[in-house]
Amino acid sequence: MSFLKVDHVSKLYPVLDDKAKRGESFVVFRDVTFEIRQGEFLTMIGHSGCGKSTLLNIIAGFDQSSTGGVILEGREITKPGLDRMVVFQSFALMPWLTAFDNVRVAVRQAHPDWPPEQIRDWTQKYIDMMNLHGAEQKRPAFLSGGMRQRVGLARAFAVEPKVLLLDEPFAQIDALTRGGIQEELVRMWNATRNTVFMVTHDVDEAILLSDRIALMTNGPEAELAEIIEVTVPRPRTRAELIDSPDYVRIRNHILHFLVKGAKKSKHTGKDAPAAPAIESKPELQPTT
Amino acid sequence: MALRPSWKDRFGPYLLSLFILGLFLLVWEGATRPPRFDAKGKTEDQLTTMEFNGDIVKDAAGHYLWNPDKVKGIPGPMKVFEKARTELGEAFVKKGTNDHGIGLLVGYTIKRFMAGFLAGSVVAILLGVLIGLSKPLFLALNPFIQVLKPISPLAWMPLLLYSVKDPFWTAILVVFMASLWPTVANTAFGVNSIRKDYLHVAALLEMSYLRRLFTVVLPAAAPAIIAGLRISFGSALVAVVPAEMLLGELGAGYLTWIEWNNLDISGVIFAILVVGFVGYALDFAFGKLAALFTYTEV
Repeated sequence: MSFLKVDHVSKLYPVLDDKAKRGESFVVFRDVTFEIRQGEFLTMIGHSGCGKSTLLNIIAGFDQSSTGGVILEGREITKPGLDRMVVFQSFALMPWLTAFDNVRVAVRQAHPDWPPEQIRDWTQKYIDMMNLHGAEQKRPAFLSGGMRQRVGLARAFAVEPKVLLLDEPFAQIDALTRGGIQEELVRMWNATRNTVFMVTHDVDEAILLSDRIALMTNGPEAELAEIIEVTVPRPRTRAELIDSPDYVRIRNHILHFLVKGAKKSKHTGKDAPAAPAIESKPELQPTT
Repeated sequence: MALRPSWKDRFGPYLLSLFILGLFLLVWEGATRPPRFDAKGKTEDQLTTMEFNGDIVKDAAGHYLWNPDKVKGIPGPMKVFEKARTELGEAFVKKGTNDHGIGLLVGYTIKRFMAGFLAGSVVAILLGVLIGLSKPLFLALNPFIQVLKPISPLAWMPLLLYSVKDPFWTAILVVFMASLWPTVANTAFGVNSIRKDYLHVAALLEMSYLRRLFTVVLPAAAPAIIAGLRISFGSALVAVVPAEMLLGELGAGYLTWIEWNNLDISGVIFAILVVGFVGYALDFAFGKLAALFTYTEV
């Protein structure tokens, strides 16, 4: 049995603003099906509007799928819960709480039966793991973007969820800081081996972090085009990554896909000529 | 050296304030100075009658002056200052049932104000949170709020007085009515426009309704709630003075009216100034308190 299964999920909105088309539906994406193994890091890449963040929200339970469903350990997801923590693009830290309290609130909710000292020690452990020492008593407004997202990651990891959902977590962080946090995320993930579903625009980020990368075609009526196995051996660092031939090959493949293959003919809604195939033969088919 | 603000930058504005105050007092004094008494063309008899009537007095040198205690028109600053000195000198003295010292009167006003404002604010925040969290409730209650909101709190007074039959409670209820609507409207708006992210986090963490209310909803809406409280605060402060005047309840507003009944214009001016200083002190204290609940948005 699979760990997390996204099963024929579609998202439709009723058309309200156009009289002629009233009653019809606007399809964001259709029939998306894939599975994530326990402990796997899967990233979804696609252009803006392909519905990848919507899909993440459906897995988180913030949004409902129009058809199909998401199954985690044999149970269908209906609402948000502590077994799926989200790391938000906008950080979503409570600005009235200190960095420490932002994490502590989550720990307290995850372990209501713990005494305060245990909650505090557990919180401190994750604060330290994300290199936030010294910033505990600062409010988010007084932290840099990178530090804020470290708090967001500490909050998510501290709950020890079954699935970690990362919604373009580094998009609002400047490029120089981003690299450092990505490597910290790699370290955290290696230590915890959480199951992760991430959504991003950043191809390098996806290759650095992921076991597999799912490619979405352009929306509306986006579809899951293919899932690529990232064959670059772990542990990976950004420095070593650049010289890896696998990295170059996978990167080119994704970029070709994003530039050409993700486009679809508007009239038929069918895929345009596919991206050039990868020379060697890693599993390019969706592993279902 | 250059980094320290210069003497001029630090104290200049305050000196300007003092200067404006001095100028104002000078103009006031000049405009209200009693005319010099001109004894020319008046017979000795006329002068004696006037002196007997108390219109004029004889000074040490034997010249006639207008009686300074019987001036018509607005009294000058010195007279008001004299009045203030006497009043403040016996600030906490009770001379009779209705003749209490200014310190006591201010105390009554502050108590009355706080009682009405606190009760009004608690009710307003509760109501605001309820309608802020529920769209149908908001739509259902909005017409009532829109009609009730523009009614001057003083307009409720006859009805309140008739219902509770007690001026003491009526005055508090008028303050209560005055502090209600701005807080209701702002709280509802603040709660309604909380960033989705915060509610998403609360949902992820499986917070109970009450925990969500106290750890997420109220803090997130706090800046809007405090802005509403501040408007309510001003409106309640404006309402408390006429409420006291009309109901004859002892307080700073009452003093204004009783001094008018005494035809003691210096007393009226003093009472007005007292109302101003009391309002400023309360607002200052409120601002300090509000600062504890504000935070910088990210």
